[in-house]
Order: sequence, then structure tokens, then C-alpha cells
Amino acid sequence: MKIPLLAFNDKGIYCHQADVYLDPWRPVTNAIITHGHADHSRWGHKNYITHHTNVPIIKHRLGDINVTGKDWNETFTINGVKFSLHPAGHIIGSAQIRVEYKGEVWVFTGDYKTEDDGISVPYEPVKCHTFITENTFGLPAFNWIPQTEVMTDINNWWAENKAEGKTSILFGYTLGKAQRLLKYLDTSNGKIFTHGAVENMTNVLRPMVDFPPTTLITRDTKKEEFPGNIVLAPPSAHGSIWIRKMTPFVTGSASGWMAFRGARRRRAIDKGFVLSDHCDWYGLLDSIKATGAEKIICTHGYSDVFSKYLREIGYDARTEHTQYEGDEGETAETDKAELEQGNEDAA
Amino acid sequence: MKNFAELIKALDSSNKTSVKVNALTDYFRRASPEDKVWTIAILSHRRPPRPVNTTLLRLWANELANIPLWLFEESYHIVGDLAETIALIIPTTKEHSDKSLTEFLQEMIALKKKSDDEKREYLRTNWLALNYYERFVFTKLITGSFRIGVSQKLMTRALSKAEGVDEDLLAYKLMGDWNPDKISFQELILDEKSSDYLSKPFPFYLAYPIEGEVSALGNPEDWSIEHKWDGIRSQTIIRDDKIYVWSRGEELVTDKYPEFHAFVGIIPNGTVIDGEILPFPEGQIGTFNDLQTRIGRKTVSAALLAKTPVIIKAYDLLEWEGNDIRNLPYDQRRDLLEKLYETVKNSNLSLQISERVNLKSWEDVTTERMRAREMKSEGLMLKRRDSAYQVGRKKGDWWKWKIEPLVIDAVLTYAMRGSGRRANLFTDYTFALWQDNENGERELVTFAKAYSGLTDAEFRKVDDWIKKHTLERFGPVRSVTPQLVFEIGFEGIAFSKRHKSGVATRFPRILRWRHDKKIEEANSIEDIKNMISSNTEN
Repeated sequence: MKIPLLAFNDKGIYCHQADVYLDPWRPVTNAIITHGHADHSRWGHKNYITHHTNVPIIKHRLGDINVTGKDWNETFTINGVKFSLHPAGHIIGSAQIRVEYKGEVWVFTGDYKTEDDGISVPYEPVKCHTFITENTFGLPAFNWIPQTEVMTDINNWWAENKAEGKTSILFGYTLGKAQRLLKYLDTSNGKIFTHGAVENMTNVLRPMVDFPPTTLITRDTKKEEFPGNIVLAPPSAHGSIWIRKMTPFVTGSASGWMAFRGARRRRAIDKGFVLSDHCDWYGLLDSIKATGAEKIICTHGYSDVFSKYLREIGYDARTEHTQYEGDEGETAETDKAELEQGNEDAA
Repeated sequence: MKNFAELIKALDSSNKTSVKVNALTDYFRRASPEDKVWTIAILSHRRPPRPVNTTLLRLWANELANIPLWLFEESYHIVGDLAETIALIIPTTKEHSDKSLTEFLQEMIALKKKSDDEKREYLRTNWLALNYYERFVFTKLITGSFRIGVSQKLMTRALSKAEGVDEDLLAYKLMGDWNPDKISFQELILDEKSSDYLSKPFPFYLAYPIEGEVSALGNPEDWSIEHKWDGIRSQTIIRDDKIYVWSRGEELVTDKYPEFHAFVGIIPNGTVIDGEILPFPEGQIGTFNDLQTRIGRKTVSAALLAKTPVIIKAYDLLEWEGNDIRNLPYDQRRDLLEKLYETVKNSNLSLQISERVNLKSWEDVTTERMRAREMKSEGLMLKRRDSAYQVGRKKGDWWKWKIEPLVIDAVLTYAMRGSGRRANLFTDYTFALWQDNENGERELVTFAKAYSGLTDAEFRKVDDWIKKHTLERFGPVRSVTPQLVFEIGFEGIAFSKRHKSGVATRFPRILRWRHDKKIEEANSIEDIKNMISSNTEN
């Protein structure tokens, strides 16, 4: 039997011909990395290859690693297999990986979204035969509203809280969502405070994107400084003693999961804003169509449901189990160590 | 509708009671009288009957969303709420609707009698004319289940603030059977007419569970002790030669329990009794399981009446000789109740009195509580001797002191996603116990379902575990590798032919996750059956 160009094993997505792994979840020799989130770029590989804008991000997270940066569309060949990186639009530096061997083309999306968020290079469909796609939000119940509308809601919410003399605490994961929010917060409302984990990551990205000024919350930050202003923090800071200092406050969360009332109530968040860095239902279907692929492999999210639907509409689709965190990826994102560091900074 | 949808959104956007009360008060100050009546009705669970069944709702929503039915069902199990799923999958258009809440509800009432084609057309038009949140509220009104974390108490408080009417008086006015389509705001809230009160029950006074040591309640002689009976809390009203029996859920259940109709003519008019409806097969208090056979039936067959008759165990007297005596001290109300009982006890009525137990010390009270299972009660009630009959759940004068639940260690075997705030989390579990099959092999047999008792953090952990240890999927249900053991508590247990295990448990819930136990250490069906025999001795 012919060995497939990309196969799923216990370490990750493996290209046998090139002896290279894509986003492996166990330590390997050669890893091509789609983006900087912890479930895709893990510690312990010998050689990392990723887009050059992702290099400072994964160095910040993984320390002194051996990493090579590539440009968009730059082809690099390993044992006859041609690899190239293409924008995925998920977060800054996020790429799809195109793999070509003897005329057969596979594309692995990592995580992606179709809406242009204004801070990461927008998603571009790449023609291929086999498309390996995430489907974190692969249900027809997910239909995003445009970012500009969501940001207007968020800024109005901030203004209302300010009028009541309250602090707005807005939760968004450290890498990606926090900066996307930051970019469009209306600074005429007031000051933007940050949790240490958000501040550190934002500083890594400042050379690449023009962000409004932020103020890191430290132990010297006084209680009186908060009311009327906004605080950007990772979701896991919710419920920690860290936020008590900001009383009286109102909490908000920006995530695709906020589309469900139950998800927001379960997390005991006052206000949910539906803002995701993944594709919604039609985003996924349109992207798949644009690749021209006939074979679709669903990795993480509502994979079983989504691939069943794809088969019903005529695709050769299947699910492969991976260790990417489709179900709760957005909340599990902040590294525990980063969170504690941020909490300590402010204690 | 816009204002009402905004109200629901505001109520939904906060976990803080004060914010919810303010949002409601604001709304009541601005809404039209008709919309206010409907809002009160909706928030006190008085909705018009469902005009369209959910099968058709699903079908028509799917047509609009252009997805297959199975995909809708999958989405529904994940979203956890039918109206929310429908609102999510239907596209939002540029149209809008300025109809009021009252107009929508009147249309829904009229819709019930229309043809399927007309119903379909009505739903499509309105779904497409409303924005996401309005569409959700509109669909919720149609499906009829509107649980948004606003208790009737909270709504009454807001209404009281907005209208300047006393809160307890309002609670009384809102009790019983009134029709939002027929009554005006003036009549419901503002007018004073005594004839309106003929069938109206008083708001129930509810006890809090005792926390900590019972001796902290002070002098035991200040307290009246009785058993806490396990049936349906009820209020029986006899006025104008008519009887009205209300359940605590404010449901008029007079017709379900013909046993009590004989009270009229024997118990004088102008009497209201607070008591517990209990099953009484073979002249003895039965189990809640026995009562279940009566609860669901609107009409009762002679055979069932003979097999499972019911009685009322009277706790308290709220009205006597036509006077509201709720403000008399408890002891005086009880004396009147006991005097009334003396005069009727030989009339063969399905009425008993919940006896007061005279106890002098907290040790005696503690000992009495241990007799609860033998007495077929749930534990004890402690009522301050000079307490008034208050409105709703209030701390201080009445306490319930339930017995510790029966416990058993069981194995998690199936899981289903929850709904509401647990949507998309596997929180509804099925548990099994060991049993020897005909070949002498030990196998796990389902014995109970439970979906409460773990913390949110524990639920998330178990949910994560379930996703990684799924064996098979049956629609929304997953079977999982038998590996986790939980301590299950329940209030009572009885033999049952309807259950595979042969036993039925009352109010099973998870007490804790036994990380320390392997599945081999879980209990057996035999263990639980032994509990039945040891509990029904004496």
C-alpha cells in the first residue's frame, strides 16, 4: 500500500518522505509549526521551522530553541518534498502548511479564520487535493457577526460601565485575542490596563503592529486607578483573587463560545461578546470549496458531525484524532506559568 | 417585543440580583399596562398553551436554515436549548418588527387553532423579521419554557418597587389562577376586590435547611418539632361551599385528588389548611414512588383510588372563620387547627394531623430525627412557637432538618450533555451497580441517573474525561469506559418493576467523586436491596 503523503501517528502529523512532523504533540527531530498557541507549538523538538513573524512568539514561549523563519510562499524542499507557508489569518504569524510531492498537494490549516482582523495577514485559500482542516466551530449554530460590530458593542459596554463608575474586565486569550481587542479599543474611553501575561505577549508583538498604549498592573497599581478604565486579562484570571482589586467591576469575555448562552452562564461572565479567531460554519464550508480539494480530513472541534455533513454533500471526508484542543482551545490557551507570573506581578 | 427582548437580554447579562431587579423595575416603569400583565405572566410561568409542537418547529426552522434534520439535532444537543438553537441557525436579515409583546402573544393564542400552512407562514415571517435576540425570545415564548434565572420573588420585588405596592400583598395577588389574556393590569395589581380572592391560596412559607449545630437555635422549648413528610406540599381552601387544593407549584390540583372533596360541608367555610398530600396505601404512609402514580393523572380510575389513596397531613391553619390568621403565633394557629381536627376526626375524612412531638432537649430532638426513616418522613421540621406564617423562603423561624441521605458507591457508565448553563458539557450521568448474571459473572446494571452534586470545576474534569473515554454514541448519549466511581446519595428507595435494577431511588444526586476507589469496590444491587429491607423494618 502506498504511504500517504501525510499520516497521523502518536506524535503528530507525519510526512514520511521528508521525515518531518507538522505541529507534533510529542518531541521530534523536525517540526514545522503553524502558529504559536501551546497546543500547536510544543516544547522539546530539535528543529523548528515556522513563519518568521512567529519566531519571536515561540521563542518567547519556548525559550532558546533552534528555529528557522520562512517567508510567505517561500518554497523549501526536504528530500524532494516541497513545503511552503501561507497565511491562515488566525493570529499574528499563523500559517497553513502546503506540502507537495510528485504533483500531489496537501494543505494543513492549523487554526484559521476567514475574516480579516486587521492585525494578522488575512487567510488565503490554497488549492490542494487533500485539505486537513480544523473545525472548532463546525456547527451551523455558529455564524459570526462582523468584527466592527462586535468592537462597537465592546466599546459601548466599556462606556456604560464607565458611566456607572465601574471597571470593565475583558477576558481574551493571551496570544491573539488580547491584541485583537487591544487594537480596536476606543482609548477616548480611558486607560487600558493589562494582566502580566497579556502585557508580555503584547510587547513581543509591538514591533510588528501598532497598538495603543497599555499599563501593566503591578503591586503598585492603586485601587483608585481602575474605575472607568478597562482591564485586559486571560480567561483563567477570572475568579482569581487578582481581580478583587478592581472592584467594583463588570466582566466580559470575547470568544466564539459566547455564542451560546449556556457557555457564558457557566463561566459566570456578565457579558459575552461573540468574537472568534476560528472560522464559523460558512467560513469552513466556503474555505473548503475554495481549495478545490476532494479529500477532507477533520482534525479538531466538532469533527465527527462536520465530516459526516461533508460526506453528505459529496466530499470524501474523515476525522483524524489529534491532540489539538478543539473543544476548549480558547480558554485553555494561557500557559499556567504565564498566568501565575502575571498574578504575582500584581500581587 | 423590542423592549421585552432587551429586558431578557439584560436579565441574562448579569449574575447579580441587584442588577436584575433594577432592569425589571426600569422595564415595569416604562412598559404598557398590557405588556406588564404579559411579562408578569411569563415570569410566573403562566404562558399560553404551545401553539406549535416542537417537531414542526424543528422542521420549519430547518427548512429556513437549509440543513439536514440530523445536523439540527446534533447542534441542539450541543447548544442545549431548542429556542436558542433555532435562533442561532436562522439567518438574520435587514428586516425588523415593531409589534408589541402583547400583540405577539395574542397572535400566538390565535395561532393554535390555525392550519399548519398558516402556522408555518407565521413562523417564517416572524423569524426573518426579528433580530437574533428577539428571535430567541419569540421562539422561547412559542416553546413555552422560559427559565432565565428570575424567580417570582425577584420579579415581585421589582414590581413592588415600580408600582409602590407592598411586596407581600403583591405576592398574594399574583397567586392562583388568573388569565393574562383576560385580566387588565388595573384588575390584577391595583384594584381591591374581595371576591377575587375566593380561590386564591396564600403564598407558602418555606423553611431553610439547618446549617451547623441544631443547639445553636437556643432553648429547645421555644421550638415546636414535627416530622417533615415526603409528599406534595399543599394548601386546601374551603370557602363558599367549594374546595380548592393548590400544590406548592401553584397548580390547582383539586380534580386530581377526589378524596378531599368530602371536606366541604364538614370543615367550615372560611378555612385554609397548609399540609402535605401523602400516599396512604393499605392504611399506611407509602413511598413517594406510590404518589408518583397519582401526580401525573388528571382523572383517576376507581382502581387506582382504591390501590393508592391519598391523605392530607395538616401542618398549619392559615385562615379560620374567614379571617387571615397568618400573623397569629404558630402555637395559637396550631391550637385552632387541633381543635378543628378534634371536631372532624370521626367523619372519616382523608385528613390527619402532623403531630407535634414534645421534646425537652436537643438530644431528644437528635434522637427523634434518627427515627425519620421508620416514621417514613424526610427528617424534622423545627418551627418557632411564636412565629407568624411568612411569605416565601425566609430564614430564622422555620428550619428543616433532613436526615442524612442513604449512600452507595456506583460506577459511571453513560453520560449525556446538560442544558442551560451546562449546555455542551457532559453533566447528566447514569450510574451502575454490580450484579451477578445467570452465568455467575459480575456485570454492571444501571440503577440511577444523577446530574447534580459536583462543582463546576469537577464537572469540567469529568466532561473532559468522558470525551476521551467514549466507547459508543447513541444520539446524545455516550457510553464510557467503566472507570470512575462516585458516591451517590438518595432520600429513599423502593422496589420497582419498571427499573432493570429492580429498585427506584428518590432524588439521587452525586455526593462526591471517589478518586480513591476502583470500580471493583463499587456496591452491588444486592447491597442496595438490603437497604430497602433494613429501612422498612418495624
